[in-house]
Amino acid sequence: MGSIRLEGVRKVFGKTTVIPGVDLDIEDGTFVVFVGPSGCGKSTLLRLIAGLEDVSGGRIIIDGKDVAKLPAAKRGLSMVFQSYALYPHMTARNNIGFGLRMAGRPRDEVTRKVDAVSEVLNLSLYLDRKPGELSGGQRQRVAIGRAIVREPKAFLFDEPLSNLDAALRVQMRLEIARLQKSLATTTIYVTHDQVEAMTLADKIVVLNAGRVEQVGSPLELYASPANLFVAGFIGSPRMNFVSGDLAAPFGAATIGVRPEHIAVSREGDGWRGTISASEHLGSDTFLYIDVPQTSGITARAVGELGLKEGDDVRLAPDQGRIHRFDAQGQALR
Amino acid sequence: MARRVSIARAATITVVAWMVGFVIFFPILWMVLTSFKTELEAFSMPPKFLRFHWTLENYAIVQQRSDYIAHVWNSIAISFGSVSLSMLIAIPAAWAMAFAPTERTRGTLLWMLSTKMMPSVGVLVPIYLIYRDLGLLDTRLGLIALLCLADLPIVIWMLYTYFKEIPMGILEASRMDGIGPVREVVFVLAPIALPGIASTILLNVILAWNEAFWTLNLTTSKAAPLTAFIASYSSPEGLFWAKLSAASTLAIAPILVLGWLSQRQLVRGLTFGAVK
Repeated sequence: MGSIRLEGVRKVFGKTTVIPGVDLDIEDGTFVVFVGPSGCGKSTLLRLIAGLEDVSGGRIIIDGKDVAKLPAAKRGLSMVFQSYALYPHMTARNNIGFGLRMAGRPRDEVTRKVDAVSEVLNLSLYLDRKPGELSGGQRQRVAIGRAIVREPKAFLFDEPLSNLDAALRVQMRLEIARLQKSLATTTIYVTHDQVEAMTLADKIVVLNAGRVEQVGSPLELYASPANLFVAGFIGSPRMNFVSGDLAAPFGAATIGVRPEHIAVSREGDGWRGTISASEHLGSDTFLYIDVPQTSGITARAVGELGLKEGDDVRLAPDQGRIHRFDAQGQALR
Repeated sequence: MARRVSIARAATITVVAWMVGFVIFFPILWMVLTSFKTELEAFSMPPKFLRFHWTLENYAIVQQRSDYIAHVWNSIAISFGSVSLSMLIAIPAAWAMAFAPTERTRGTLLWMLSTKMMPSVGVLVPIYLIYRDLGLLDTRLGLIALLCLADLPIVIWMLYTYFKEIPMGILEASRMDGIGPVREVVFVLAPIALPGIASTILLNVILAWNEAFWTLNLTTSKAAPLTAFIASYSSPEGLFWAKLSAASTLAIAPILVLGWLSQRQLVRGLTFGAVK
């Protein structure tokens, strides 16, 4: 079991309000990702749930019990840190089993559980090494092993992959997803990388300046962002925003169109523009197009197009996929 | 890549280093040599360096006149006792200051250090009177308590700087592992900070071993450590250089051996954190 509920959780550092008040419901077994630009308070919120920071107000309810005043050690959660934070003086085996040993579990039970976890994480060969003798990826596995061996109510991940190289990151991302599915333990995962958020989450919480902008499944956020911030944050390359005269026919202050929802052609209907730059990735082509009355439009096309810089083109946004926003930046439905 | 140093330069540095080392070590060498001279040769002019009549008679007389072993035991009890006691207080204190600082932490640290700037003699009379009333004069317990208090600022400062080098995340990880504060200190912090803790212990044992002001003023015989043993040879009948040297050599021998055996640890501890 591990349902987590935040009620008006606030955090103030000195005179700075980092989190003005967050309400959130996390059901048992879900994989929730906190995502947002750096400094948005996502790590702070995670540390408040963990108990590594004291809340300035509000309640944190885990399985029906308010734990806001309990120390981290008594909340029954486990955490994987960005810096791994392994115990440098212990072997991988002792790192993983430390919590269990300290909880007074019998020696053979600890050995059995550590062996089982290291089997799952492919760590069996490295159990007698100290953290200093392990690679980044192996250290991260030990940190994950340490978190899962205690069978906590929930896992907390604080940007766990940001110290790994790109290839390893993709691999570990898959492993974390697979692991969470098989354990079905509630997971809160903090990242600034929206690809991680989109691929891992059952539910994404988009944070901005300590406030929850939107909560929803990855595809919900992609298909119907609640406001300009979410619309701009989710999706890569980011959504194009057009205001003024071009938006007026749609009955909105601003409209947004994702690069993949714009058809580019030499002739036909749509906005006129000139290609200022193009990027060819093989599978995709990104076109950066100067369009009068906009700050430039990005379009994404599958495969290779026979277009080059300086060409005049027509842009036709997919009418069914235009996002409309009012003057306050809220989505119009 | 290491910087290339020319042979001439290396030789110069080596010679200078040996010379500085010799100058620092010379008084100790002279003391040891004097302890093997007769009283007459000890202050002969010009001084004799190696060509004198070597004798062990000073050691024999010193041994006869006072109980060296009893003084050694007192020194061991007082120095190790006071340092152990101060570690028990200082480790949790430094842990709190390093990992849960408040806005007053810095001020508290500076204030503690400032107490070391006060001359000890300033509080001699009150302490003497308090100790007399409590019956702590000339007791090991009294000296252990006093030296512990006198050492605490330095011990806390040293540990604080070592602890600051330890990433907070490791302690947080242990909290997430369900470990309470006491075991966090014992099983996580202390083992990681071991080089720093060891050098703090060593340095403070040496300081306590050599502490002469309080040990001379608050003891007479029962709890008198080696400092009192040496001082007893500067007597009203005059100075007996050779015997004084023999007593001093005997007094510094144990701590010199300890320092020699642990010099690697000491140097490592003192540069802890400088090299990652």
